[in-house]
Amino acid sequence: MNLSLTAAFYIVLSAIITNNYVLSKFLGICPFLGVSKKLDNAMGMSVAVIIVMVVATAVTWPIQHYLLDPRGIGYMQTIVFILVIAALVQLIEIFLKKYIPGLHKALGIYLPLITTNCAVLGVCVLNIDNEFSFVQSLLNSFGSGVGFMLAMFLFAGVRSKIETNDYPESFKGIASTLVAASITSLCFLGFSGMLEKIFGM
Amino acid sequence: MKKSKLSILTNGIIRENPVLVLVLGTCPTLAISTQAINGIGMGLSVLVVLTCSNIIISALKRIIPDTVRIPCYIVVIATFVTIVQLFLKAYVPALDKALGVYIPLIVVNCIILGRAEAFASKNSVIDSALDGIGMGIGYTLTATVMACIRELLGSGTIFGATVTAGTITPFTIMVMAPGGFFVFGCLIALVNKLTKGRVRAKRQNKCMGCPGAAFCSKVEEGGCEE
Repeated sequence: MNLSLTAAFYIVLSAIITNNYVLSKFLGICPFLGVSKKLDNAMGMSVAVIIVMVVATAVTWPIQHYLLDPRGIGYMQTIVFILVIAALVQLIEIFLKKYIPGLHKALGIYLPLITTNCAVLGVCVLNIDNEFSFVQSLLNSFGSGVGFMLAMFLFAGVRSKIETNDYPESFKGIASTLVAASITSLCFLGFSGMLEKIFGM
Repeated sequence: MKKSKLSILTNGIIRENPVLVLVLGTCPTLAISTQAINGIGMGLSVLVVLTCSNIIISALKRIIPDTVRIPCYIVVIATFVTIVQLFLKAYVPALDKALGVYIPLIVVNCIILGRAEAFASKNSVIDSALDGIGMGIGYTLTATVMACIRELLGSGTIFGATVTAGTITPFTIMVMAPGGFFVFGCLIALVNKLTKGRVRAKRQNKCMGCPGAAFCSKVEEGGCEE
């Protein structure tokens, strides 16, 4: 395993900023639009997503490389991954309920939603597609989770401002939210190419 | 209350269009609508998976125990997604490459799980098949229209054929992420305008667009947000 610190930083930062899962890869839009109205909810959802993403990657990567690929059944990836994620989410919920009830109370309602969050399945599949090593995959998942959190946070702030503004009747509701998301995503576009220059990759 | 077969079919195309009215399956729609051909490819894949999984789930609705229905639905859906994925890889590899990770992600597309829960688990096999086809056509049309708009504005082409390129400089931003959000927002605003806000009122049920509505404990309380 020769993963330099620079390379590790590069993976995490690019997952957070330049390849932000929500704003440039369009993964996890449903919770992004649905749960970003209030900062508390955004926080709960994001923390749950980070935890599930990292744990799911830690489980699905070995499954793909040691279980599916050697047996030539790599095509079972989709079925196996979604079942593993669904089971994991249940396990995490049971574990939190029993041992960390405080955290379960805070994250409880967001956990079941995560099974159908495409960002989680997406990160697991993309780690395999990009041929990341185990450590790289974990870093990428962590970064993606943090990127999700960053997007949720920024957007919760933006939304609290636009709610009170005066805009055309037709744009009330989800339409204005989407236009606001477009502008937020525009900001992230400004980072593209920046990390490649900094790290010389 | 018995609905006619035709109204079940057209329901998904207009009155309950999954993308523009129910606002479901946003992620793949935004991501792949950069080229019209991708919109059609994705739409047809969703149509096939939706129809097949609706048929199977409806046929098995008496066998599947209520408590484990969501995992059962997911297995059925994932099976069809894998079949579609293998089919695309074998016969249309270019499309498979263009759609990439969004093909396996059809599994978690809220439209499919949502229809399984809301329609297929309560209706007959034929009705469920029609519902799947209708919703699939509705999705395909919307994704294709959106992709045409973005392709025209962003690359100056439609289905790869040059339209405005050369005369008007295309603004590339439209085929990038911000353009996706923007075009989608404007389309929804247009629907609101055309239906004079009736559709927007329909969306007031907070949990309707949520993928977890099927198994979330907060649905009875009216959603997880005030």
